[in-house]
Amino acid sequence: MDRILFGDNQFFGVNHISDEKSRQQLVHFKNDEAIIEVLDLAIQEGVNTFMCTTYARIGNICSHVKSNPEKYADFKIFPCMPYAHKYANAVTELGMVGAVKSYLPGNMVGTMLKGGWAFLSKDYLKLMEVLVDAEMKMFEGVSTPIIFLQNVVTDMLLGLQAGEVLAAFHQYVKKRYNAEAGFITMNLPLLSKTLDGLGIEQPIICTSFNKEGFRMSGGVKAYEEVLAAKKCRVIAMQIFGGGFIPAKEAVAYVSSFTEIESILFGASSHGNIKATTSWIREMSLANNKTKSLPNEQSKL
Amino acid sequence: MDKLKLAIIGLGKMGLSHLSIAGAHSEVSIVGVCDTSKIVIDFLKKFTPFECFSDYKKMIESSKPHAVILAVPTKFHYEMIADLLQKKIHVFSEKPLTTHPTEATHLTQLANQFEVVNQVGYHNQFLGTFIEMKRLINNGTIGTIQHFTGEAYGPVITKSNESTWRSNASEGGGCLMDYASHVIDLINGSIGVITKTHGFLLKKIYSTNVEDAVYGLLELSSGVTGVLSVNWSDETYRKMTTRITINGSNGKIICDATELKVFLKNSIEMEGYSKGWNIKTVGALQEPVDFYLRGEEYSAQLDYFIKAALKKVPNTINTFEQAAHTDRAIQLIQSSN
Repeated sequence: MDRILFGDNQFFGVNHISDEKSRQQLVHFKNDEAIIEVLDLAIQEGVNTFMCTTYARIGNICSHVKSNPEKYADFKIFPCMPYAHKYANAVTELGMVGAVKSYLPGNMVGTMLKGGWAFLSKDYLKLMEVLVDAEMKMFEGVSTPIIFLQNVVTDMLLGLQAGEVLAAFHQYVKKRYNAEAGFITMNLPLLSKTLDGLGIEQPIICTSFNKEGFRMSGGVKAYEEVLAAKKCRVIAMQIFGGGFIPAKEAVAYVSSFTEIESILFGASSHGNIKATTSWIREMSLANNKTKSLPNEQSKL
Repeated sequence: MDKLKLAIIGLGKMGLSHLSIAGAHSEVSIVGVCDTSKIVIDFLKKFTPFECFSDYKKMIESSKPHAVILAVPTKFHYEMIADLLQKKIHVFSEKPLTTHPTEATHLTQLANQFEVVNQVGYHNQFLGTFIEMKRLINNGTIGTIQHFTGEAYGPVITKSNESTWRSNASEGGGCLMDYASHVIDLINGSIGVITKTHGFLLKKIYSTNVEDAVYGLLELSSGVTGVLSVNWSDETYRKMTTRITINGSNGKIICDATELKVFLKNSIEMEGYSKGWNIKTVGALQEPVDFYLRGEEYSAQLDYFIKAALKKVPNTINTFEQAAHTDRAIQLIQSSN
């Protein structure tokens, strides 16, 4: 994994502190060109990994990447699935079964009409695989070395104590996409313990990590203990604590942990991208604690 | 210390979310889960350690819970809750409490009579921004309240379809019961109890059996009036967005789940607030939770219920009595239309 990963919240108006800011961002990134422009700025600053939710519009970004293979030779996408609000709204509108049906590919609906639904509904893991495939369709031809399960699903399964499904996701993306599974969570201590219990070695976990303890369930201390135990590869997200920790302070805190492998952040302006990436590099080097230099890539 | 023996009835979107949060709670032992949907129950049987039932009465009899979370369609609430209360089981019910205020009043009486903890899932009251808004109102920060606007918008029904209980008013579906009830409850709980309604419009946008938008004027017992504006067919919102705006003699409050904006005409003696605009974000106002699933407020409300059932906190937030006020306001709106 690269030391720095670029996130997508700013492109889709996901803002944890202000609905107004969120609207401004939606206006700014109304056209795909505006997103591509910012991705190109990030690449210019040496950030070659884009971690994004599987919104329909990401398909357009993938098409752009595929049609410019030379320009994006080193570019990677880490898809994060599913886009939960899409499913949640569908459940409210169509009911649980209706929602699942509405997101299955056309040929699956045909299978269901022939009685396949009864079969499929018993084989939940098969159903999971079909849904993963549906989400992955838009990434065909793009490098996706890590495929993430969104926190709402990871954490839901975690609370339900259904770790077996997390393990099945881990196995499936390896088998079908030759990719590593990643898990986004707001509950690092519990997830790390659960994945360890399932025998998943060194899982990739993307989790909130900031000095204020924002969205760090169980508290900062418990998170720092998980890092020290070195049983997982951690990507720090929400490093600005949803926006209320001063940027430089925020970067200094996460950069001080050798065990944090990657840092995820999103920004809209060249100035912010440049500042944040250079702080991460400087502070990581200054701490002399990074395993790899910023632009070096590990096996993935 | 003994854990709270908890059972869950109804495993739709809310029920599963509650089950996950309760399943991760250190003071809870899940003794049973119940739903009539085979697909959900089969999933839970196969992948989770919970004991599964399709008949809630059998579950109660066999698992003997101290407390129950009820997340079934609203039309079933009254009968099931009355049954549970008489068995002296603490009840957390999804909102709205009932489809008729007389039922809500009766449930309130039963809950008091049998001395059981009772709570309804109006989660906004556990959000840091709305909690702070209420504190400011109670402290008279913005002076005498002159007017308020309660709003909620989101993209639930964005095309024609009539297939679930949410599209059936008698079952507790529709924008009024679903989205608007949250705003009504926030107004009741933070500004004052709604006693009159004026000029309400229940508008259909995509649905044929229920309203998709609710617009009208509300009057509180204090005489203060305000506007209610709710639309669940608004695609310009990524997810449900609830906002309360209050004009007072000393300023204004604009509050949503993420941000609290306070304008003060004159300075007041209160930490963190001064003349002019003051902006506080949820990050600074929200208490952390032990397990996070979809917003601190969902975890916080269950944690509060669990602690109330274990007698660690008083049972004073989102009680049946308060939810009955909301059911009453819903009926006022329905009958004025």
